[in-house]
Amino acid sequence: MTETFLTINRVRIVVLLALAMAVPFVTYPVLGMTVLCFGLFACSFNLLLGYTGLLSFGHATFLGTAAYVTAHALKAWELPTLPSLALGAGAAALLGAVFGLIAIRRHGIYFAMVTLALAQMMFFVFLKAPFTGGEDGLQGVPRGSLFGLIDLSDDTTLYYVVLAIVVFGLWVIHRAIHSPFGEVLKAIRENEARVTSLGYDVARYKLLAFVLSAGLAGLAGATKVLVFKFATLADVHWHVSGEVVLMTLLGGVGTVIGPMLGAGVVVVLQNELADKVGSFVTIIIGVIFILCVLIFRRGIAGELNELRRRVLGDARSGSADGG
Amino acid sequence: MTEIFGFPIQALMGQLVLGLVNGSFYAMLSIGLSVIFGMLNIINFAHGAFYMIGAFLAWMGLYYWGISYWWSLILVPLAVALIGIAVERTLLQWIYKLDHLYGLLLTFGIALVIEGMFRHWFGVAGQPFDVPEGLTGGFNLGFMFLPKYRAWVIVASLTVCVGTWFIIEKTRLGSYLRAATENPKLTQAFGINVPIMVMLIYGLGVGLAGFAGVLAAPVLQVSPLMGSNMIIVVFAVVVIGGMGSIVGSIATGLMLGIVEAIPKVLYPEISSTMVFIIMAIVLLLRPAGLFGKER
Repeated sequence: MTETFLTINRVRIVVLLALAMAVPFVTYPVLGMTVLCFGLFACSFNLLLGYTGLLSFGHATFLGTAAYVTAHALKAWELPTLPSLALGAGAAALLGAVFGLIAIRRHGIYFAMVTLALAQMMFFVFLKAPFTGGEDGLQGVPRGSLFGLIDLSDDTTLYYVVLAIVVFGLWVIHRAIHSPFGEVLKAIRENEARVTSLGYDVARYKLLAFVLSAGLAGLAGATKVLVFKFATLADVHWHVSGEVVLMTLLGGVGTVIGPMLGAGVVVVLQNELADKVGSFVTIIIGVIFILCVLIFRRGIAGELNELRRRVLGDARSGSADGG
Repeated sequence: MTEIFGFPIQALMGQLVLGLVNGSFYAMLSIGLSVIFGMLNIINFAHGAFYMIGAFLAWMGLYYWGISYWWSLILVPLAVALIGIAVERTLLQWIYKLDHLYGLLLTFGIALVIEGMFRHWFGVAGQPFDVPEGLTGGFNLGFMFLPKYRAWVIVASLTVCVGTWFIIEKTRLGSYLRAATENPKLTQAFGINVPIMVMLIYGLGVGLAGFAGVLAAPVLQVSPLMGSNMIIVVFAVVVIGGMGSIVGSIATGLMLGIVEAIPKVLYPEISSTMVFIIMAIVLLLRPAGLFGKER
């Protein structure tokens, strides 16, 4: 893998972490935590789209399922915080295994439609299920404390916990991508038939990637419950499945840090626009979507990599999917 | 004779008819989706949005401009087709050479913009649309009461579906369309203007969606959200049936409409998830779909 502008190396990790830790001093911790949660969500999605070539159009279902399970565990069962998070992420991974088994039976565009349809099914399940509170969702979920020692009701304290969780999630993704397993995934993205002919069980690799991605999306959803103290139907709506595609596309498909950037842009944009333009937000998101597909397919990270390549007069032009 | 297995036969038959109505919408929309996919290699997420535009144009026609339902039935599909052609020329035509997935994403963006605009103008509440004169009331068949309008929807959409089948399978224009789907380069070499064919197909596909929208206006509520709710179910229908043939699309659409309707009497909680459950089962047993071939 070639060295690119946004490659993760030790120095950059330290710089990025320092920046992330400074966020509560600059802006609202809740905004920072929202970006982090959606960033992890988008990175988990990117593990599928960017590194395995699978477009899951129903990823909100994993975010939302984990949110509901975690919220229920915290509120109704009064479990401690960390086990609740683990339970949420585990539930999402389990659902990912079931949906993965069904969805990987079709390829390409059908895969996208199947995941979208299954996610819509879960939307109706959550709408009708007795424990989800229907249209109202689960409100007033307690944040609990860490090991019974650190109280999480303070936003700034929570921010650092969320940061730690998200960094853990990103570390898992990073390890997965740079392992032999990750190499097989990338090979499947490039040429599935050839990987099959080399004797790899492609379906198993795809399923494993799907479960991993669902579990991490679930971790993001579970963490989000701590931030907002509620879980609602909005989390499982197909709009959210579309948003995560947009975040990844905008940030840069198949780049490590791109989806995080994309999530930052989309979350901040929605946050800023919501009070100013109201119902125009959907239109603006749609327009960004169209522009991304038509003229900005490399995304922010991809363009930065390309820019760096050009500035350094690098002759290895052509492929732009570094990082 | 008013009960079958302890369920009232009246209610069951009523739901069956409603199921056929929904099924004919599924059929019309999935035909459009599959001809567009065949020709443009794009899964048109905006299909639901065009269906919604169709319903809204009929509603606006009636309440703002005094255009009767019957005129809408002809004019609205044409208007929707023109809007579709404009979208195809300005946006879609640039991405035909890219991966299928970009087509889905682009049309998803287009759907968001269209839905967003209608939400901005009309809010999310449904607009009522009266059943047109002449189709109010119903027939008493003895064992059930059949509302005239529902019967009309089924007849009209089946006629249009068969008409579409006829145009594509039996006419000269249809043979050009099929040739351009099969092998665009060779067709172009024979002197047929393929880009025009592509444009026509997109217009035809979304025009069908617009027609379905007009038919749906008096049965379902006219709301900006009606399209996206519909399109996801139609995706499942397309996955179940495969996008191979028009006849397959019609059969799958109607069948799923009925299958979805029966639980409304027996076990209402499951009816909205029924299509998706069937999709999962079909994928496990016959991954290529009932009528489809893997591509």
